Amino acid sequence: MDVKIGELPSWKVMWDFTPKGIVGAFQRGYCCYYDKYEQVCQCEERGRCWGFYGAYVLFNYCLSCKELKCERPHKHHQGETSVDGAL
Amino acid sequence: MNENLFASFATPTMMGLPIVILIIMFPSILFPSSNRLINNRLISIQQWLVQLTSKQMMAIHNNKGQTWTLMLMSLILFIGSTNLLGLLPHSFTPTTQLSMNLGMAIPLWAGTVFMGFRHKTKAALAHFLPQGTPIFLIPMLVIIETISLFIQPMALAVRLTANITAGHLLIHLIGGATLALMDISPSTALITFIILILLTILEFAVAMIQAYVFTLLVSLYLHDNT
Repeated sequence: MDVKIGELPSWKVMWDFTPKGIVGAFQRGYCCYYDKYEQVCQCEERGRCWGFYGAYVLFNYCLSCKELKCERPHKHHQGETSVDGAL
Repeated sequence: MNENLFASFATPTMMGLPIVILIIMFPSILFPSSNRLINNRLISIQQWLVQLTSKQMMAIHNNKGQTWTLMLMSLILFIGSTNLLGLLPHSFTPTTQLSMNLGMAIPLWAGTVFMGFRHKTKAALAHFLPQGTPIFLIPMLVIIETISLFIQPMALAVRLTANITAGHLLIHLIGGATLALMDISPSTALITFIILILLTILEFAVAMIQAYVFTLLVSLYLHDNT
């Protein structure tokens, strides 16, 4: 944003001097510094990694779904007598 | 239950097609390459780790041995990442397959042995007889040293397979025991759950240590032959 020297006082009066505005100004300043000097890559590498791991786990779960169905406990029928009951 | 215990070690197929090649290639996605001078944090950390490992591992080698740096660094990254990814739930670990580990161990060991016989034939043959051996023991010791030479790739492969497979089986068994005990005795289930957490931490360490041991032994065989 370009401000001419003659317009400087009127531009300064436009600032938000409330506490919320001052905090927001510091946050914007830090974000500008971070984006310019620290975050070189555009994409968020942490989110990409966890997304990959989650997709990989889901993919393997879908592959092993058939074997997992056998591990579910079977419901016993009411008419069945158990060996322990006979003893 | 016995069949289900080993079901996770079966090679995965999808609609009849083997997808084990895709699973073997998956760790390469986690090591992005970059042509920037200053990289992001992920690549910087990976480059720092690779530099640290290569300096520590290749310092003992001469110029001829240091030509193997790329091969050994790729090996440790591949085995380490594959073992660590295998600790995710439901995942298939290629390094639990003896065929895969033999496929890595035999060519690397044979490469070092052939290199030794080609460039330093006398020194390579001298390895079959330790210095200071009594004369009447020479025939037996040559046979023993020959057997120990040919056992090296088998030991490399079986060590990796057994460690990773045993760890996964233990996790499977203790996890199953924890689930079964939850209905019977929650306090005992809590104890087995704590054991499971400790075992998982141990398996993370074993995954990285086994990758390091495999690569270090190949590096030592190379050092003996160069």
